[in-house]
Amino acid sequence: MSERLTKSAARNIFYGGTIFFLVIFIGLTLHSHNYIVNESSNQDQLTPSVVAGKHVWERNSCINCHTLLGEGAYFAPELGNVWVRYGGKDDPEGARDMLKAWMAAQPTGIEGRRQMPQFNLTDQELDELVDFLKWTSEIDTQNWPPNEAG
Amino acid sequence: MKYQSQKVALYYIYGALTLFAAQILFGVVAGTVYVFPNVLSELLPFNVIRMIHTNALIVWLLMGYFGAAYYLLPEECETELHSPKMAIIQFWLFMAATAAAVVGYILGYHEGREFLEQPLPIKVGIVVVALMFLYNTTLTLLKGRKTAVSNVLMVALWFVALLFLFAFYNPSNLAVDKMYWWYVVHLWVEGVWELIMASILAFLMIKMTGVDREVVEKWLYVMVSLSLFTGILGTGHHYYWIGTPGYWQWIGNVFSTLEVVPFFAMVVFCFYMVWKGGRDHPNKAALLWSLGCSVMAFFGAGVWGFMHTLSSINYYTHGTQITAAHGHLAFYGAYVMLNLAIFTYALPYLRGREPYNQQLNMWGFWITTSAMAFMTFTLTFAGVVQTHLQRVLGMNYMEVQDQVALFYWMRLGAGVVVLIGVTMIIWSLVVAPRGARVTAGARQPAE
Repeated sequence: MSERLTKSAARNIFYGGTIFFLVIFIGLTLHSHNYIVNESSNQDQLTPSVVAGKHVWERNSCINCHTLLGEGAYFAPELGNVWVRYGGKDDPEGARDMLKAWMAAQPTGIEGRRQMPQFNLTDQELDELVDFLKWTSEIDTQNWPPNEAG
Repeated sequence: MKYQSQKVALYYIYGALTLFAAQILFGVVAGTVYVFPNVLSELLPFNVIRMIHTNALIVWLLMGYFGAAYYLLPEECETELHSPKMAIIQFWLFMAATAAAVVGYILGYHEGREFLEQPLPIKVGIVVVALMFLYNTTLTLLKGRKTAVSNVLMVALWFVALLFLFAFYNPSNLAVDKMYWWYVVHLWVEGVWELIMASILAFLMIKMTGVDREVVEKWLYVMVSLSLFTGILGTGHHYYWIGTPGYWQWIGNVFSTLEVVPFFAMVVFCFYMVWKGGRDHPNKAALLWSLGCSVMAFFGAGVWGFMHTLSSINYYTHGTQITAAHGHLAFYGAYVMLNLAIFTYALPYLRGREPYNQQLNMWGFWITTSAMAFMTFTLTFAGVVQTHLQRVLGMNYMEVQDQVALFYWMRLGAGVVVLIGVTMIIWSLVVAPRGARVTAGARQPAE
């Protein structure tokens, strides 16, 4: 490597540059935080039920089979848009009933098909989970996923 | 080995190898469930299997870094560790927390954010472990010689701990949650872990090639600069579709594409140092792992990462088997191989022996690396088919999964071969043949 670059110069570039990029990154994150809260998500509809639904989602580690907005395991379908896929936009009651019925019917026990466990959620927990998934589907995700299949 | 206190590294290396074995076993079980979905479905559901697979990986890698730090800091700082006893207590605390977490997962005690599933008391335990480690190593650093290798390593390990604090922040707004979640996940593996990687590779190059420290350390600063200058804003490639603003597509495209550069620099660095040094180090296997690490990290993290990092492509591939392919080879190439390089290098010194079981170790290298490459290819093919059928044509998820079933069979095959290779590696490291005692001249490192 060039003789003109000394070790101490390289060190100073490393520390100086890292601080520079870190400051930009933190600034942009704070801006994005504001953007999410004020524009891309329905912060005002973050009801206790939606929040409780997020905890149901977490307590049962759904993320380790499903993806949510594309993040998670890849063993089971994307659920960020499951509300839309089940027709929740046109028929919210129908979609809710279908989702709850689906959860109640697990595991199917069908040979050769991936099995979703029975989580034994109460009716209230199921409602909260559905509220959370509905709320999630309304986040402005730059039009991701490309289609209803998720 | 020049300093007695380096011996504590043995605990960490054996602990790491134990969890490594567990990680691979659970990986094979998960791969089996992909092709026989009814296996274990009642007893141990897939989400628990995967949790153990990923968590064991992360924990054993961290344990390996702790061990590497305890091994190389005394040599770099030219002084004994501040407190070897504390390092041993820290080890058992970490092991106990890990065991508790695994048992807890099986019994259903866990939180639910990916990779951060540890229940709160375990998370607190991890912080205590990290504080013990940082206290011990920082005091060692302060009382001894300060080299670029030890400085960069310690800066990185401090940031590993600081960034983990975001694991305690779980906002109710999912989009906000996801944004800060990446502060732990991305800024670890595509940020400060690269610093750990570069500094350990630099240490190994100094020791094994005999190239002048000044040259190596200048390279080190250039490599870690490239890592953070690209990696910090490269976080943008995770902010495309989670509710964050559209400008992240520009930032993510540019900076995450540049994330390939530091990995390429590490390949050039390792090969150039070996060529320049021209020294015939007896531990051939450690050299093989070091060079292999740089190359496989370049392909796994660099090339496979770039493949789906542009937002126009990622729009279709995000969260498919493409991501899984990249994840597997990146972790293997960058961080698994890094740990195996330093273990292979350090163990003969720690045990007072000549480099031993070199042939078996190197066979393990080639078998495991080939199988990981094959696994990555099969998952990539699965991902391409999945992307087309599901994301372009809009076919239903489960129907698509049936279409790619063949690739899951091949992935399981690759996984079984990985298990065989890893068994050979662990055997070669842990079981030393009789009569491999070190002779006087062989234990002198380069420099």
